[in-house]
Amino acid sequence: MTDGDSIRLPQLLNDGGAVALTGDWTLRSLQPVLKQMRRQLADASGAAHWDLTRIGRLDNFGAQLLWRYWRAERPERLDVSEAIDRTLSRVAALGGVEPTPRRGSLLDPIAAIGAVGIGLARHVIEFIALLGQLAIDFGYLLFRPGLWPLREISANLYKTGVRAMPVTALVGFLIGVVLSYLSALQLKAFGADIFIVNILGLGIIRELGPVLVSVLVAGRSGSAMTAQLGVMRVTEEIDALATMGISRYIRLVMPKVIALCIAMPLLVLWASAVAILGGMVSAYLQLDIGFLFFLQALPQAVPLPNLYIAIGKGVVFGMMIALVACHFGLRVKPNTESLSANTTASVVSAITMVILVDAVFAIATRGIGVPI
Amino acid sequence: MSAPVIELVGIVTRFGRTVVHDGIELAIEPGEVISLVGGSGSGKTTLLREIVGLLTPTAGQVRLFGEDLHAGSRAEQARRRRRYGMLFQQGALFSAFNVFDNVAFPLRELGCLSAREVHDAVMLKLAMVELQPEHALLMPAELSGGMIKRVALARALALEPELLLLDEPTAGLDPDRSAAFVRLIQDLQQQLGLTVVLVTHDLDTLAALSSRVAVLAERRILVCDTLDRIMTVEHPFIDRFFRSERSQRALARGLETL
Repeated sequence: MTDGDSIRLPQLLNDGGAVALTGDWTLRSLQPVLKQMRRQLADASGAAHWDLTRIGRLDNFGAQLLWRYWRAERPERLDVSEAIDRTLSRVAALGGVEPTPRRGSLLDPIAAIGAVGIGLARHVIEFIALLGQLAIDFGYLLFRPGLWPLREISANLYKTGVRAMPVTALVGFLIGVVLSYLSALQLKAFGADIFIVNILGLGIIRELGPVLVSVLVAGRSGSAMTAQLGVMRVTEEIDALATMGISRYIRLVMPKVIALCIAMPLLVLWASAVAILGGMVSAYLQLDIGFLFFLQALPQAVPLPNLYIAIGKGVVFGMMIALVACHFGLRVKPNTESLSANTTASVVSAITMVILVDAVFAIATRGIGVPI
Repeated sequence: MSAPVIELVGIVTRFGRTVVHDGIELAIEPGEVISLVGGSGSGKTTLLREIVGLLTPTAGQVRLFGEDLHAGSRAEQARRRRRYGMLFQQGALFSAFNVFDNVAFPLRELGCLSAREVHDAVMLKLAMVELQPEHALLMPAELSGGMIKRVALARALALEPELLLLDEPTAGLDPDRSAAFVRLIQDLQQQLGLTVVLVTHDLDTLAALSSRVAVLAERRILVCDTLDRIMTVEHPFIDRFFRSERSQRALARGLETL
């Protein structure tokens, strides 16, 4: 046996009819000279006499390489030691497995289009099934107050609501400052400084606040929800719950949906308030509009229904984000690829859905709360 | 003439205040099959992870194939790492790849094999662990526990290693399957002349496979010898582990499968 770390380079000595191999014919020793060896073996492949007695070591890879260039047949004359012969026989016996055929036909593109359609349909059906299941569970819980997952709701409220306050405040404040600054530049030109209150108030409370918070919460909590459910799926925790007779919808999905329905409108109010504060600071610096004046003008510029619309949007967007996150979380298959794909899909779909629903809101409430 | 495949010199491992190993010395010669046994929490798996370089011992030296585990350049270390294969307890198959790609992965990483060569090598490895060609397209999630172990073994063998490390190779398999798996490892070891280190709780496996048994207790290797000689050593742990009535039966069963 050779020493652990010394390898002898494989060599092929070809003198017309007879071929002799020396050195180690292992994956490790062949690796640096593989191209060269392939060429030499191809040249020698027709030889009738092969001498393998001077070979050091031969592993499965080396044996397979030889076997391939022998075209799966023993050469007419083969000089070989017993141990190496065993390796060759093993490769000969186990090899020769035909490559698994790649299935493919002209209909594949059509099948791919169909698969996308079926996939979409399945998404819709599963989403409706999730809604239905939640409605059934909700009805079931109505008469059994003891079964409400209050602890989970409270935990989710903390995680998705309280913990999101700093980041929503920061983003809200900066957006407020930027919006106010840009508007102030334009308004100054028209001498319509006072309308900064209307622009900021309506824009932030009615539109920007809810959408901004939704995007942040979808990225922050929606992805976390999907990943959590997905990992629970991978580690079979969801199955463990089911065997204990605990509904995953009541214990895992419902708390998330309810918590986000409560947390989102509160976050919307919080973020809008901070954004208006940022706008006020900027308006004071740019247009010299005092805080007190701003706050007095705000209720006239922004009628109360706008606040109700904001809260309504918060509730609906929160529910959408949680439902979409749970829908994708429960679809995760037990592998890492599926987990990452579903988490990405969850965030992207949640944000898209929120913006779509926001457009519906804008149309449905176009006559409400806008002073003319 | 040849250096030991694994040489552990004065290994000390501490996690916080807990001393797991305190001066472990062990040398494993080529072609040996060493079983590492010890009670729960005695640091068997930790030692195995130190041998493959996943953990670094607090003090002491791990030498593989006559060289320090961390000696040499990055390329040299990578080359050394390709000379051993490890079978993880849960298989650790890449869940996003199918069986074929799992076994092909280390071969493709070498970067010099043709698709045809990779294909042949993978199919040979799958045949060696007694899997059917049609299993090659399954995903890890679709495999049974025994099949996961066999695919993981095929992957560990992909780079034609000289040293094979097995972490609880038969844990979680039923007696029938685990006997078959032991026979498989035994055959492969004899065919390929591998050096094998296995961690196990399973006395059947231990009796059937090992040429020597290393007993890990009191933070060191208590004794490393053939099973027969270990049975004569007087020590409370060995007494409990090997000489209880259940153990005796398991050992006898294991020797039968030889």
